[in-house]
Order: sequence, then C-alpha cells, then structure tokens
Amino acid sequence: MNGIHDMGGMDGFGKIEAPPAEPPFHAEWEGRVLALNRVMQATGEWNIDVGRWWIETLPPAEYLASSYYRKWFVRLERLCLARGLVTKEEIAAGHAEGPGRKLRRVVPASEAAALLSRRNYDLAPRAAARFKVGDRVTTKNMHPVSHTRLPRFARGRTGTIERIQGCHVYPDATVAEGVERPEWLYTVTFDGRELWGPDADPTVKVSIEAFEPYIELAK
Amino acid sequence: MADKHDDHDHGHGHDHGSELSEMQLRVRALETVLTEKGYVDPKALDVIIEAYEKRIGPHIGAKVVAKAWTDPGFKQALLADASKAIGTLGLEQKVGDHLIALENTKDTHHIVVCTLCSCYPWDVLGLPPAWYKSAPYRSRTVKEPRAVLADFGVTLPADTTIRVWDSTAETRFIVVPMRPAGTEGWSEEKLAGLVTRDAMIGTGLAKSADGAAP
Repeated sequence: MNGIHDMGGMDGFGKIEAPPAEPPFHAEWEGRVLALNRVMQATGEWNIDVGRWWIETLPPAEYLASSYYRKWFVRLERLCLARGLVTKEEIAAGHAEGPGRKLRRVVPASEAAALLSRRNYDLAPRAAARFKVGDRVTTKNMHPVSHTRLPRFARGRTGTIERIQGCHVYPDATVAEGVERPEWLYTVTFDGRELWGPDADPTVKVSIEAFEPYIELAK
Repeated sequence: MADKHDDHDHGHGHDHGSELSEMQLRVRALETVLTEKGYVDPKALDVIIEAYEKRIGPHIGAKVVAKAWTDPGFKQALLADASKAIGTLGLEQKVGDHLIALENTKDTHHIVVCTLCSCYPWDVLGLPPAWYKSAPYRSRTVKEPRAVLADFGVTLPADTTIRVWDSTAETRFIVVPMRPAGTEGWSEEKLAGLVTRDAMIGTGLAKSADGAAP
C-alpha cells in the first residue's frame, strides 16, 4: 500500500537527532513490548510480513505520532484481537475471562534465547533465477493496496542487478494470499539521478532488495 | 523498574511522562491477559530483555570488524559470506543468515537504511538507536545521503561514491569501516575500541588512533 510507512525520499521531517548515547530501552515497557512481540510471533499466528503490514495499516497520523515501541504495542494488541486470541473486554479489564485457545507453540524461557537469532526466510526455488548479475532491469510501476516491499521511490526505475541474494519468502503473497511462496531476491542498484532527477548528486548510488516479481528486463 | 521510569522522565516534558505512564499500564494489561491465557511465559520475556540490555550490542560487530582489519583471510571470507564467516568465531549468540558485509574504501562509502520500517542487523549491533527508526533518517538517506552524513558531522571527499543500501528484505548489512591510520601492530581488542556502532551503519567513521581508550 502507498502508506505513510514508505518514507524514502519524503521531505520535511527535519534534522536527524542522534544523541551520543542512549539506554537500551527508554522505559521499562519498551522492553516488555519488544519481547512480547517476539514470543507472540513465534507462536506462528502470524509471521514478520504480517506483523509489518499491521504497523503499515495504522492510521497515518497515529503512525507519525507514535514512538517505535508504541507502534509495536498497538500492532500486537490489534493482531491479538484480530486473531481472536483475546477480547476487547479482557484488554480493558487487564485480566483473562477464560482459558486461551491451543496454539502451535508457546515459547518457554528455556527456548527464548533461540528467538534472538534472526529467522531464515529461505525457500526452495520453483524455477531458476530469471536475471543475472549485470542485467539492466526496470522495476514495475505497481501500487498494490496490500503489503509490498517495493518502495515508491524505486518504482518504474531502471537499474542494474548487483547481487543475487537467494530465494526467499515473498512478503507480498504472504499478506495478500496467506501463503509463504518462494521468489528470487536481487540487489538492484540505481544511479541517484535515475531516482531523483538530473540535478541529483552524481556520486550517489542507491540499492533496494527486489523480489523477482518487482522487476523486468529493461527495454 | 519504577526508578528507571522516573529517571527517564527527568529533562522531558510533562506530557511525555504521562504518555509513558499510560503505556506502562496498557502494556502491563496486555501482558497479563496473554500470560493468563497461557500464550506467554513472562520468564521468556525476561530472557529476551536481559539479552538486549546486557549481551547483544555493537561490541559484537566491532570484534568482527577488528578481526577483518587484522586477518586478510577472514576479511575475504567475511565479504564473501558474513553470516558464515562470523559463524566461525564461536560467538555466544548465533548470527542470522544473509548478513552482508560492505567494505568502505577511499573510493566508496556505504551507508545502510530501512525506508519501509527499521530493518537492522540486531544480532551484530544490538538494538537500533532511535534515530535509525526515525522519519528524518528513513526519508532522507536515500535522497540526500551527504546531508545526512553532515548531520552526523561526517564530510567525505566530493568524488567519493556514496552507496546507500535500503534494507527492503530479509538481508541485513554491516559496514566495515576503513582502518584508521597509525594503528599498525595494534591488537584486535584495541582496534575494536575504535569501531563505533555508527561506523558499522555507515553514518560514522572509525575513531582515529588518538581517540582510542588508553
């Protein structure tokens, strides 16, 4: 979707405020939210792509006004409600009114450390990769209303395949169709002027990680 | 816990403080419900939080970079397949697959961003700093990376290629900054002290030799 989350190239957000040091969490609840999201995603009720989608679909004003961990919290609360894991009444009361339903997995403390390693999203390919390193490719001018990882600033632009990154779960299909389908992933590199016009800094090159359905051979 | 919360409120606006209190209550309510339902073991949460507070941070990436600076064979392996190369170091926590190391040179400076969310190599750098997840960084880096670098006090030669990597998939990137001059013969441990988090994101450079801890 052409949402507020798709920020690449937007103007007006101002200077980057980078303090020399930050605590790991700015408040105790931030750590709880991070960990709750990790263990609830590990139940298999949703995956990382669905999780992202539920942040992207926050109302734009709320998205901009919320801190990172507040977004994570609202996403978790909404997903738990949508999946029927909890009720609004239970959240309001702060207590369960009855037992939960049976989940595929509940993460015990003894298995929590394993969640700290990033999951591998490789899938066996259905066909050989269509493109090779060095190919000139053009990204599609596409505007799906569902989830996509092709950012707006890089649609309809021509670049070069720099790397083939393997075959991965295709996020668009995960969210739109509920299936984990394999697609080849490529690093596609664009000249800054291709993205930002002839006056852009000629020393800048920008890459995206593009799934095969996002690109076609350049004409 | 309460102390930590209070500490945070010092120097901040009153409204911010009340928002935090509201969030404390909401998060506690949801955690309680999920725990009573049997979906969550609160001790599992403690394990994850403690790991990010105490164990997983940019010191891991710094160790990797320092080794790459001193061991050409390791550097070659790291640039070919960073996940695999780091796997040989016997770190406490396994690093995820598809980690890609990007080597800065005199000619090319790499900088990493996630314009769509905030993808970040947590397993080698720890929790992302707030600015990495902020709208200014996510919006500007792909369009005006030199101005972004200026916000970090970094000015590069006008003819250096600036190579921006937008983390739009499940690949992750760590920048190997240039080794500072005057560090010949230094131990890996001492060199690691020069490798900052920002240098491994690409918004900074490694500290100079005289910036090292004595």
